[in-house]
Amino acid sequence: MLSFTAADYSAILLSLKVAVTATLLSLPFGFVAAYLMTYRKFRGRVLLDVFVNLPLTLPPVVVGYFLLLLLGRNGWIGKMVLQPLGINLIFTWKAAVIATAVVGFPLMVRSIRTGMETIDERLIQASRTLGAGLFDSILTVVLPLSMRGIIAGSVLMFARGLGEFGATIIVAGNIPGVTQTIPLAIYEYVSSPRGDIMAVALCLVSVAISVAVLLFHEWLSTRMVRTD
Amino acid sequence: MELQVALRKSYGTFLLDADFALKGERIGIFGPSGSGKSALVGLIAGLHHPDRGLIMLDGETLFDSRQRLDVRPERRRISMVFQRPHLFPHLSVKGNLLYGYKRCAHRYRKITLDSVVEVLGIDNLLDRGVKNLSGGEKQRVAIGRAVLSNPRLLVMDEPLSALDDTLKFQITPFLKNTCRVFEIPYLFISHSLLEMRIMTDQLLNIAEGRIVEQTTAEALARVRMGVSPGGYTNLLRLTAPRRIDGFYGYRWGDQELFVSAGSDAPEALFELSSTDIILFKRHPEATSARNLLKCRVVDVFEAGSRIGVELECGGQRLIGQVVSQAARELHLAKGSEVYAAIKAVAFNKVG
Repeated sequence: MLSFTAADYSAILLSLKVAVTATLLSLPFGFVAAYLMTYRKFRGRVLLDVFVNLPLTLPPVVVGYFLLLLLGRNGWIGKMVLQPLGINLIFTWKAAVIATAVVGFPLMVRSIRTGMETIDERLIQASRTLGAGLFDSILTVVLPLSMRGIIAGSVLMFARGLGEFGATIIVAGNIPGVTQTIPLAIYEYVSSPRGDIMAVALCLVSVAISVAVLLFHEWLSTRMVRTD
Repeated sequence: MELQVALRKSYGTFLLDADFALKGERIGIFGPSGSGKSALVGLIAGLHHPDRGLIMLDGETLFDSRQRLDVRPERRRISMVFQRPHLFPHLSVKGNLLYGYKRCAHRYRKITLDSVVEVLGIDNLLDRGVKNLSGGEKQRVAIGRAVLSNPRLLVMDEPLSALDDTLKFQITPFLKNTCRVFEIPYLFISHSLLEMRIMTDQLLNIAEGRIVEQTTAEALARVRMGVSPGGYTNLLRLTAPRRIDGFYGYRWGDQELFVSAGSDAPEALFELSSTDIILFKRHPEATSARNLLKCRVVDVFEAGSRIGVELECGGQRLIGQVVSQAARELHLAKGSEVYAAIKAVAFNKVG
């Protein structure tokens, strides 16, 4: 009979924790980035576009290595910001969150943008002439009307986060019980003798979570949108 | 309402250069599509920004490039009704109606939900979503939403052109009534002279980004009589129909008109072309036309190669047209008496 070890359970929980945290953390930034890219014309818009989408095209290992360089003890952010505050991110679950957030961010922004682009600009103009200021209009018109995109983006990012491997292993390592997520655990089982069964078992857990997430997505998007 | 505008704005090769001042409550902005009407009102409402110039409403400066002043749209209190309703799909009818009202400062809140709902006849829709409303219902809600924001100026940008003809003339009374009851001055944008004549007292005629003239819809219709093969279109609001031998008999002032294509609705609007009115000097003994009206000539005016004749019959006005030869033979002059024959089929019901 197959049974998960304590480390396996903690890998499953950690995976969920990292993916959820990374998604929630990215939501406000993703919304703002999508808004700027959809509605604002400003200098450096192309630059923002490239910067946001870069992790999509870079190998995750490269993203991870850049993050390590930035956040590590001798990195810019590591040295200037984190160390004086007494924070150490590298090889903690928080590093895994950051790695997951960066890698999944373009997926979220793209989905939200797709949602925003379907909003008729006249609706925003109507809200302005009805007395809504810019932020009011964003909160009461743009936000609710891009809800489908926001949900889809969050789900996509969450799912991508569950599978994050390359960037995570570099900035967070593969420490069982601390930073080992499902993909990292699978990797370890596969590379050890007689680990195949456990690897398959964890793969099935992955599939189950993914199916659950997709079903939740369907349910949420039918509930969130008015059809009457 | 007093509006003063002097502005320039270029859109690629198109230049909008508008300079006018006007005072009134029911003002039309008239011109063919692509003439810059919508661009102009977009600038007045603050949705776009002029390259330079000045916009003043009721003595308050809304835009002045010299002072670098540009009042944000939400502060201008100019609400808009667009060609399509553009209702917020995530809100109920009531949520839509109250969107502007909630954002209106308390001291300006004179128009209330109940009164608007009553005037527009939408009380049974309040709790519904907006997706399954009919076209006419949606546009009524859009009008209500704009009016409820208690604006000092209502801008209607081709609010009727997306509606079919029947619906169009069902909505016009709501529009007129609402603005009259709540005393809201408006700018009404359209490329239809007919709509202009129903909705406005004066109009700005705009073409290729410039104001061509400031006139009235009525005057413009008379000028166009000279060039349009359809002549001048008389608009007659007829009441109290009764059926007689396959016709409808309608009250029109203190006389009755016979109309083929009538309906049982208590009031209806009909078009009658000036080319469908035949004038006689004396009472003809018999005629195939079902309507024979004794009229007095109020005015005779030239319109291109034709001569327009303004007639007064039973307290109502009609405009007919003749060629100059006929005018001489009929001895048409102010005060002279003529008989106008109109076939019952000449009346075209528009709403």
